[in-house]
Amino acid sequence: MTETNPTVNSAGYEVPPELRQNVAITTLDKIWNMGRRYSVWPMMFGLACCAIEMICTAASRYDLARFGMEVMRPSPRQSDLMIVSGTVTKKMIPQIVRLYNQMPEPKYVLAMGACASGGGPFKEGYNVVSGVDQYVPVDVYVPGCPPTPQALLHGLMKLQEKIDSESITQVRWYGKEDIPAIPVPLLGPDLIDPRDNELIKQETSKKPAAPAAAPAAPAPAAEAAS
Amino acid sequence: MYGLGILKGMWVTLTHFIDSYVEDIKWLGRNRYYSKEGIQHRRSKDTKGIFTVQYPEEKLPVPEEFRFVPFLVYDVDEEGNKHDRCTSCGICAKVCPPQCIWIVRTEDPVTKRPVPEPVDFFIDVDICMNCGYCAEYCPFDAIKMDHDYEMASFDRHAEHIFNKEKLSKPASYYAGIRPTNYNREETLKAEEAAKKAAAAAAKAAAAAAKPADGAAAGSTPAQ
Amino acid sequence: MTEATTAAPVEKSELEKRFPDAVKADARPGYAGFLVDTSKLIEVATALRDEMGYDYLSSVTAVDYYSDAPNAENFIEVVYHFYKSTGGGALELKVQTPRENSTVPSLTPLYAGADFQEREAYDLYGVNFEGHPDQRRILMWEGFAGYPMRKDWKEAYFEEEVKPFKNRWPEGQVYRIEDRNPFNKNNAYPQGFDPTGFKETDDPKLYEVLEKAAREYSEDIDTEQVVVNLGPQHPSTHGVFRMAVRLDGETIVALKPVMGYLHRNHEKIGERNTWTMNMPFTDRLDYLSSMSNNFGYALAVEKLMGDKAAPPERAEYIRVIMAELTRISNHLWAIGFLLNDLGAFFTPALYAIVERELILDIFEATTGSRMMCNYFRFGGVARDLPEGVLEKIKSLVTERLPRKIDELDIYLSENELVRSRSEGIGVITPEEAIAFSTAGPVLRASGVPYDVRRADPYSIYDRFKFDVTVRQHGDVYDRYMIRIDEMRQSLQILNQALKDLPGGEIMNGKNPYQVRVPAGESYGRVEGPKGELGFYIVSNGKGNPARYHVRAPSFINLTVLEKMCVGQKVADVVVNLGSIDIVLGEVDR
Repeated sequence: MTETNPTVNSAGYEVPPELRQNVAITTLDKIWNMGRRYSVWPMMFGLACCAIEMICTAASRYDLARFGMEVMRPSPRQSDLMIVSGTVTKKMIPQIVRLYNQMPEPKYVLAMGACASGGGPFKEGYNVVSGVDQYVPVDVYVPGCPPTPQALLHGLMKLQEKIDSESITQVRWYGKEDIPAIPVPLLGPDLIDPRDNELIKQETSKKPAAPAAAPAAPAPAAEAAS
Repeated sequence: MYGLGILKGMWVTLTHFIDSYVEDIKWLGRNRYYSKEGIQHRRSKDTKGIFTVQYPEEKLPVPEEFRFVPFLVYDVDEEGNKHDRCTSCGICAKVCPPQCIWIVRTEDPVTKRPVPEPVDFFIDVDICMNCGYCAEYCPFDAIKMDHDYEMASFDRHAEHIFNKEKLSKPASYYAGIRPTNYNREETLKAEEAAKKAAAAAAKAAAAAAKPADGAAAGSTPAQ
Repeated sequence: MTEATTAAPVEKSELEKRFPDAVKADARPGYAGFLVDTSKLIEVATALRDEMGYDYLSSVTAVDYYSDAPNAENFIEVVYHFYKSTGGGALELKVQTPRENSTVPSLTPLYAGADFQEREAYDLYGVNFEGHPDQRRILMWEGFAGYPMRKDWKEAYFEEEVKPFKNRWPEGQVYRIEDRNPFNKNNAYPQGFDPTGFKETDDPKLYEVLEKAAREYSEDIDTEQVVVNLGPQHPSTHGVFRMAVRLDGETIVALKPVMGYLHRNHEKIGERNTWTMNMPFTDRLDYLSSMSNNFGYALAVEKLMGDKAAPPERAEYIRVIMAELTRISNHLWAIGFLLNDLGAFFTPALYAIVERELILDIFEATTGSRMMCNYFRFGGVARDLPEGVLEKIKSLVTERLPRKIDELDIYLSENELVRSRSEGIGVITPEEAIAFSTAGPVLRASGVPYDVRRADPYSIYDRFKFDVTVRQHGDVYDRYMIRIDEMRQSLQILNQALKDLPGGEIMNGKNPYQVRVPAGESYGRVEGPKGELGFYIVSNGKGNPARYHVRAPSFINLTVLEKMCVGQKVADVVVNLGSIDIVLGEVDR
């Protein structure tokens, strides 16, 4: 270990110069975070165009292995980071939520590109979810359509920054309470978020004249008549 | 012979493996990494061996045409005042495929005529598809595509709708990232201004009897 | 444009003569083809296939002619494009059906390739195809309310009928559209819908169909069968694609592809966009080969616009150069990941990506973006090649790429493991390949020498010497080899194009931000890296397309996947899928 490793050596404790090659005084948080930040295993999970750039990031030119992130796991059970790389559709979001629930803590989500962050150019589409953060919590957003591999690397470094700022005494996954799983949305006449059930009931029982912003989706029979 | 195909393939891998060392030896004394010519070599047709660009210590330079999120160009006059090139004509908002541009216009409280500079200008980068149409079709060279791609953030709700303040960058910045385009546009503008001035001068000469205030207004270069 | 949408006059009269009361020429201005009586469609199509040689059904789609004006004539039209597998122009048939209870006889029993396309028309337009063996929703899920592509169907985020939206300019009141929705989401529900205790209906129906297909496969032995779902999150499905597989031991007895996980409503958005706005959206169809998508769309619109949008010589050459570079970069990727699926874990993919990166550098320098090029304009290209790019292309094409393609060939083509894993797997006979409307490498690997560049030349492809590559076995190995052959042919075209590249203009006239497209219909097709990429557009003379349909090669090539896999081992599924080379952006659109 070099004497000037800023990520480990804790300020405030002076190590005599002759010992600096061999001794580092640090806090538990720093060494714990260092271990975590250099071994973030992303899930091999590609949605759309951005996934191609994600693969390019992992390939030889940009080489994710330099960050200790090259171990892309196809299984959520073995991964720490979900890179949501592309447009999130209503048909896909139940699977994404399920995968997120299956990931062990500590887990992070990186929204790659405009679509995953906020819907992107396809936002207005009837099958598009406007931002994956409506269902799962997102840690880092990387804008761009698609973000270049270097932009994604910058986002991953931001994530490392975030990991660095965490403290072992305060993180939620060592807390006493259970972390509740996110309810998986259902594919009904439109996407149903179980957390919205009450609101949906309220809105759909309103008088037909009410929907101003959102004209209700016509049922097949009703539509033919219109 | 069975297995020859496998051996042939392994030979290819072996040459790739050896090449990375041969390359490093060839570059002894010169900087293959962390130098401009090293990066240039690694993206040339002769590249062999290690292909990696060590971001963030070294960055792959982006070409001049590279486009990411748009920005607004403003000119700075001699007194240091900023003037938006944007006249809020709305062509960028009209041509934007995902409709991510909002322009707030205003009118002069006294004359009731629209003020050319926009009051505010918003781009939702969570919708923007970096297509470059706004820059391509802007008749005033007021909106251009930026080269800055390092924009990752922790919060999109507060940060990802860019307003005019965040979008505005000086013309000198534009000249820095896109020198060829900038010079071409400036030359065109100068030519046009010269043409206009000449036309105005001719007009002034022809109508020498009339007062020359119209010609003076005509000869101001187009902003 | 050299391509002719209409059939030769001989056939015209022939078809009309044969079915005098069922077929009549489409006389609407700007339209071509024939209107066929719904009840006679099967008869006409049979005659076309068996007697007139139109054995290749390229595209099936529906168009909603709808207006809310009081006396408007509203109907749904189903449009078919037939080709001869020996080459030549299209024969276009149309049938019309009322918007309520729309019913059209299914062509799937005649042309197996109509299967998914008819399901798509059913899904998005609610057209009922009588006699379709498996009519389910394909891109949306069972139980979704309404038929979203119909003109009177409005999505939750509906703002205005067409772009540009007025509130962007001049009003400019910035907002996020979700803030205006009662749920803060892109959702809307029918009146009186109660979500408590709701049960999904999509998957049960799928498993029902799967069981039925398994029964048809083998009825005699009663063994315990297992259903395995591969995907949508699976490392070998090349994106979010799902295959529901029913297994008897390790043998596949039934397979149903499930798609729509990346259905981004390309066509609905495309019909709201102006003509120009669609160009960057086409980039995101097949995101590995955006230049080809640009090409197809530009051709279709230019055909409607006529001579005023004919691109100048230099632009034509640049287009061909870019399209062929795209083909190489796409095939590099396809081969790399096919070998990856075959078990050559990542090394070939990494080698291929190095070359692809070098090609992407060219795209980035020319167009500004690595993947989403948005480079073609109606009547030319967006900008000329910057300084130094031409030299870079030349040096790559003449020095590096031939060497590297050879290297990739030597690397694994003769590898015994690869061969034993891929030879004789997923065999498609030429007859099947044509019947299932497969296109591109899949079709040619089965021994059908059909390449749009040669069969129905567009742009300036008739000037170049190149071979239409064909392989005879129709198995996975041939589909791998044909891509290597095609890259070599692309290099040959590139060499000629680079040699002849003339100087001069790159745009025909100005590049306006709004184009005027005369009313009519047009079908522009190019030979994309994945196969025949077609754009069917209908203009009503307004600023945006009335119908914008993409004939996506990977989507239609998937029709044959079930045929490829049934009866084989489950381990071959991913290989078969990899050899089709799908891109989900294009499959689901």
